[in-house]
Amino acid sequence: MTAGAAAPVLELRGVGVRFGGLRALADFDLALRPGELVGLIGPNGAGKTTAFNAITGVYAPTEGEVRVAGARVNGLRPHRICARGVARTFQNIRLFRELSALDNVRIACHAGARSGFFGAWLRTPHHRAEEARIHDRAVSYLEVLGLAGRRDELARQLPYGEQRRLEIARALATGPRVLCLDEPAAGMNGAEKVALMELIRGIRDRFGTAVLVIEHDMRLVMGVSERLLVLDHGVTIAEGPPAAVRRDPRVIEAYLGDAYLEERHLAPPPGDR
Amino acid sequence: MRRLRSLALAVLPLAVALPLLLGLRAVAGPYLTIVLLDVGVNVILAVSLQVVNGFTGQFSLGHAGFMSVGAYTAAKVTLGLADVQLAFLPTAASDAVVFAGALAAGMAAAALAGLLVGLPSLRLRGDYLAIVTLGFGEIIRSVIENSPWLGGALGLTSLPLETGVVGVGLAVVATVVMAWRLLRSTQGRALLAIREDEVAAEAMGVDTTGYKVRAFVISAAFAGLAGGLVAHLIGSISPGNFGFVRSMEIVVMVVLGGLGSISGAVVAAAGLTVALELLREFQAYRMVAYALLLIVVMLARPQGLLGTRELWEPWRRRRTGGAA
Repeated sequence: MTAGAAAPVLELRGVGVRFGGLRALADFDLALRPGELVGLIGPNGAGKTTAFNAITGVYAPTEGEVRVAGARVNGLRPHRICARGVARTFQNIRLFRELSALDNVRIACHAGARSGFFGAWLRTPHHRAEEARIHDRAVSYLEVLGLAGRRDELARQLPYGEQRRLEIARALATGPRVLCLDEPAAGMNGAEKVALMELIRGIRDRFGTAVLVIEHDMRLVMGVSERLLVLDHGVTIAEGPPAAVRRDPRVIEAYLGDAYLEERHLAPPPGDR
Repeated sequence: MRRLRSLALAVLPLAVALPLLLGLRAVAGPYLTIVLLDVGVNVILAVSLQVVNGFTGQFSLGHAGFMSVGAYTAAKVTLGLADVQLAFLPTAASDAVVFAGALAAGMAAAALAGLLVGLPSLRLRGDYLAIVTLGFGEIIRSVIENSPWLGGALGLTSLPLETGVVGVGLAVVATVVMAWRLLRSTQGRALLAIREDEVAAEAMGVDTTGYKVRAFVISAAFAGLAGGLVAHLIGSISPGNFGFVRSMEIVVMVVLGGLGSISGAVVAAAGLTVALELLREFQAYRMVAYALLLIVVMLARPQGLLGTRELWEPWRRRRTGGAA
């Protein structure tokens, strides 16, 4: 890594996603440097998950370009983008439910495997060494996320919060440069959320991974991110350090909106919505 | 030395099985032998289909089609080489070598068929894939029916009767070991990931299309092996042996045993084959009784006899308490 401003690991320039006539995301710019922790916020339907899907290859962007570590990845299949170093979790947990926690993580360690089917059938020394490596790696990621004691349990039998953590362990096991977390704290209580955010920060510090977090809980995301990006109706309406974004009137109107004003016992602005 | 050890590990199951099979061949009477051969072939078919339907979660209905490719290829090889005698070997050994080569050719041809069918069709999911594979099975059948070179609707006859307890037994062991080792390898886990959640598998770096095609090719190759064995078991084959009904029979074995369970497939394949034998007494009502048996089992155990578990791990994956 060079001194000073390191080259961005993830760079989006003018990215847009259209579904027929619907513009889900427009002119989206983002530059994520190694080790940065950035929050992506916005009201429901703002295009946050669409942005994730454009980054990870679930949708090919209809405009603009996505670069991972300098290489263009537009239109690549998701597994190729994953191999380039982008891993994600899902808003609605998508674990391999009928497999054990360990197997969930081992599958994510799969990408570097070189031994192939014949190696597996003949149990070659090379294959066995590789299996042992994958096993150790997977166990170490389970430990990082505090799931070492759960390794043999089926993913679907884990409590909700642990399922969320297992998804992060799985994403981390792909060895990403960029970790995209889609509402990792959804459905957790306050204490769990704070602990999770601490954990995410710890992961960033330990692995040097850039992290992009979608989060609904304003306070939470403001506490943990160095930089925020606010989307509304597919358009980026604000970007900057949390303190500045919080005061941005457009953000208050679009995102915090009525709920925020009510919380402060203020009347909504006339003519809003 | 290390190399020797790893070689030993690779072929250990076959080496253990060989003396047992030789013993079995010595003690089994003619009737038992035929039942055993039938059971063996069906186990190979069920376990190989398990790789696609059970591990990877793709629904293939064309297994008999791949079986027929293997059967006809192997038959053509043994017929073509009928007069060939390897000079340095006695006749029986020479024939066995030719037969082994024919089986390998059958596997290769079936694998190629699997690749040709798999590449375009595995972008489809669920019902659509089932329909395409069903269509493929029927295409193969009617191509064979209309090829005089392959004997047309009458099929090929007077094939050498090379298939015996030892050959089938070794093939069964090879198939089960293949599936077992696959399931416990990183490649096999990639297949399971596709079954569990294709989107997540793709996002975690699994080339889902590539792995589906590979599963298809592997499964087809072993179906081809079963086909080659069947051809040299009764000495004749015709397109009628490899119709849709045959494919369905194999699917029934896999579903009955539990999708994803290797031992389940083995138990169901063996059990159903033996049940059909025992039901011969009831003559006209044989298939009625067979169907009733299936209905009862599926009502009692909708997830199959063993679910995704294996025979020796009944405690694992059982639901705990009242949680659904």
